[in-house]
Amino acid sequence: MGDVAGTQVQTTTEQQGVSRRGFIKGVIATGASVSASNYVLRSGHGVALAQAPGAVERLVTLNVNGQQRRVDVMPQETLAMTLRYKLGLTGTKIGCDRAECGACTVLVDGVPQYSCSTLTHQVRGREVQTIEGLEGADGTLHPVQQAVVDLQGFQCAFCMPGFVMNMVALTNENPDATRGECAHHLAGNICRCIDYNKILNVAEKACEYTRNGMRS
Amino acid sequence: MADYKLIGKNYTTPDILAKVTGRAKYAEDFRAEGMLFTKLLVSPMPHARVRRMDTSAAMAMPGVEAILTADDLPEAEAPQEAGLTNEPLYEGEPILAIAAVDEETAAEAVEAVQIDFEPLPFVLDPMDSLRPGGPNARLDGNTMAGRDLSTIKWDNVDWNEFDRGIMPLGGEVTDEWQVGDVEAGFAEADLILDESVFSASLSHQPLETRTAMAYWQNGKCYMHCSTQSTARTEAGMARWIGIDPTDLVLITEYCGGGFGSKISSSIQARIPALLSRKVGRPVMMRVTRQEENFFGRARPGIQARAKFGFKSDGRIVAIDLTMVQDGGPYGRSGDYMSCADQASLMYQPEHMRVRGMTVYTNTPPRGAQRAPGGVQAVAMFAPVVDKAARQLGVDRLDIIHTNAPQGQALFGRPRQGRQGNVSSAFPKEAIDKAREEFDWEGMKARSGQRNGSKVTGVGVAISSYSAGTSGVDGLLVIRPDSMVEIHTGVGNLGTESFSDTSRAAMEALDTPWEQAEVVWGDTSKHLPWSAIQGGSQTTHGHTRSNWAAGLEAKKRLQEIAADRFGGSPDSFDVADGRVFRRGNRGQAMTFGQAAERAIQLGGIYDGSQLPEDLNEMTTRSARALAGRGLVVAAKDNFETGGRNMSFCIGFAEVEVDTETGAVVLKDYKVASDAGTVLHPQNFAGQVHGGGIQGFGVALGQKWVMDPQWGLHVAKRFYSNRPPTILDAPHDQEMAWNNADLPDPFNPLGAKGIGEAPVGAGAGAVLNAISDALGGNVDFNRSPIMGDMILTMLNPELEEAHNKLSTHV
Repeated sequence: MGDVAGTQVQTTTEQQGVSRRGFIKGVIATGASVSASNYVLRSGHGVALAQAPGAVERLVTLNVNGQQRRVDVMPQETLAMTLRYKLGLTGTKIGCDRAECGACTVLVDGVPQYSCSTLTHQVRGREVQTIEGLEGADGTLHPVQQAVVDLQGFQCAFCMPGFVMNMVALTNENPDATRGECAHHLAGNICRCIDYNKILNVAEKACEYTRNGMRS
Repeated sequence: MADYKLIGKNYTTPDILAKVTGRAKYAEDFRAEGMLFTKLLVSPMPHARVRRMDTSAAMAMPGVEAILTADDLPEAEAPQEAGLTNEPLYEGEPILAIAAVDEETAAEAVEAVQIDFEPLPFVLDPMDSLRPGGPNARLDGNTMAGRDLSTIKWDNVDWNEFDRGIMPLGGEVTDEWQVGDVEAGFAEADLILDESVFSASLSHQPLETRTAMAYWQNGKCYMHCSTQSTARTEAGMARWIGIDPTDLVLITEYCGGGFGSKISSSIQARIPALLSRKVGRPVMMRVTRQEENFFGRARPGIQARAKFGFKSDGRIVAIDLTMVQDGGPYGRSGDYMSCADQASLMYQPEHMRVRGMTVYTNTPPRGAQRAPGGVQAVAMFAPVVDKAARQLGVDRLDIIHTNAPQGQALFGRPRQGRQGNVSSAFPKEAIDKAREEFDWEGMKARSGQRNGSKVTGVGVAISSYSAGTSGVDGLLVIRPDSMVEIHTGVGNLGTESFSDTSRAAMEALDTPWEQAEVVWGDTSKHLPWSAIQGGSQTTHGHTRSNWAAGLEAKKRLQEIAADRFGGSPDSFDVADGRVFRRGNRGQAMTFGQAAERAIQLGGIYDGSQLPEDLNEMTTRSARALAGRGLVVAAKDNFETGGRNMSFCIGFAEVEVDTETGAVVLKDYKVASDAGTVLHPQNFAGQVHGGGIQGFGVALGQKWVMDPQWGLHVAKRFYSNRPPTILDAPHDQEMAWNNADLPDPFNPLGAKGIGEAPVGAGAGAVLNAISDALGGNVDFNRSPIMGDMILTMLNPELEEAHNKLSTHV
């Protein structure tokens, strides 16, 4: 996953006029990239909205959890920050901000991605799904969520949104996964309560629910 | 086991739906109108003094609102820290904080601050500070002698010995105790092992950093911080901010892990509160992963000399320990003392002497980490006991069984000449059960099996640690709508004990859980005084307090029913949300009807009149709840019978690749003596999660520091290597069992289970690696890295470092 995602970062950012180097510099400089929300926009105190020639458009439309959301996005802004600070979707957690822990994992066109290391501009025109988008309108839980509830999965649960999104991808791709395959699929997520045994029980149970035709 | 309706049964905790749908709010998930962000300027050096500071350019930047420096804080009394400092004692120590309209501006402003640092001498390895002429980490000393900072150098020891990897003896220490006569003990021993051993420092690294957001409203400070405990964070946080506890509202419903590093939150959480007061706007401080590595606490490493005397049957007759603990730059962590206590408990030597001290270093501050001292005890001593078993020809599980405590065994540092006792100890029964269920003989048969370059090793280790407190309060309200509102000041960092222990009250009322509502995590909701959510205190402490509150509620319900229907209160019983006459269920009141009657009666029924022995915080909360129903507050006055301790015995099976030095954990099983299990699914999470945390101790989680500049090299996950899911066994589910023998000093028999599992995992894996290499190997060091294994297997290779070196 890491390699694939890395390649995507490079090609997409180049296409959209943000250099990879510039992005990394921005992230390093702030320790957390941009952190504005609607009431604390950086432009509010002297940085002109008008961008330098060649810069990307600021006002974009994102497809998040099936809804079209208009949002003002800085060129170097990460998807995790947009979700958390502009769209109010704080279910996605930031554990390391450097693609090490996976807490920020969301699905982009069904593929698990570290949203802390994905530029928001990269996901224009794609479908983004976060943990808030799993539950049915009638409150029906996704098979992965149901497995968590049934097995009392996770402890502090700060890693849970990332693991859960990655498990959703797993149940979509390979609901016949063995326990070992589940472990390899989830190897990009870290749990510091280290409840890995129960996490693998949850993954297997989620696969079972999916095979048995629970809604997904 | 008693026949309980709720205790010991799996159920859905009241927090999990919010967690799994993303609705649960942790500290960084809160927003407030006009919220600013703050960034920290942290020290680039391990020890320095701020000579000059120019913040004018930073403060002139558009969007910058406020700055907080050490000069704005009351001075901390050494060796405590203030949160910001002008004399940083480790790389990454916060020096100042700047608040701005957004985080990027705050970060730019931090960059614009001009600071002239005067570098000061620093030390990373405690032993370097003990050498004659060696540097001190602090200008006021290198250790604490009693309550005073002082400087100790080991002028009289053989430092050449240390340079050969042998811990020198005879140097001055600050703590010493003895039971029996160790020399006499060694004289009667058939085998003496005298080893130099080392257990490395490692960070807690909870996945949620210690982020905090604070604001002020109508004179009160609202604090959203990451903390393990709720009730037991209030007073300390209020003191840090400089306000009365009644002027602080703490919102801490969800904590993203702590492992001891956030027992009462952390002093840095006051930074956004103080900035917010200064500027009159909410302030969010997002602590980065790297900053968490710097000031997020760590387990202290220990360098030790361990001399064990054994009888031919494996019985340990004497232990003599000399320990030097890496203290970091602040505080008084005493892991080495609890390390000795746990060795005394696990191995029950008749004769024991302990000599030890903490030496300050310019490395991140230390704090309690899940079984502080206990994990180091197992990591350092389990391999020594294992080695003795081999040399004596004793089974490696038998030697643990032989030495394990039984009943109310005595252990630890004597007070007024006498050792204290454990409230109950059934590790021998746990071992007997596990020997069969886990098929120890079958495991042993796989020892040494080869598969190409890979060799199988099996290991077993015992671990013990504290498991409960007493004297805390229960508080509940039976409301007119018949719901039982159980208030708890226990924090929620994922052990779920805030909820699991609340079930004791419903068990006492013999009423379904669906009728309960747990109120937790917000001090404005009136919480009772509670145990710290650390040291596995809550399971024992709050089954006691909630059982007390449940029984008290039952008594009041019986009195209300007797008042309504006549007869003595004893002729009424309580079950299924009703109080009814025995033998005539028609004469009954629902909880709701009884609650309405309680409000009419007032006095001791509606909380207007409270017991006098309550802790002050509980009284305050109960008064606020008075009149809302049948309000019951009760102090746990149940009998105590010694220190509560739980035990775990870990069984590990590893595969060691003799060509690469790689270790793969194939299976891990854990047996425990932890009294009555409250909630099996959570219990399994504790024993297995703790076990895997122990794998980190054994298999590679550590710091690496640059000795020339005193800077961290491994400050992120990918370099300091906490275990991943692939480091845990994943071919099959891991097994566990519990002795299921109730603790006699808990009304439900419950003991905590958070601590002991970690050491069991660490010790079992360390012993399994040795076993794979044929036993009788003396790594005497954790973690065991691949290069150590290859050096062991290839004598022509030179060891990469001294066996006792730190942070390499």
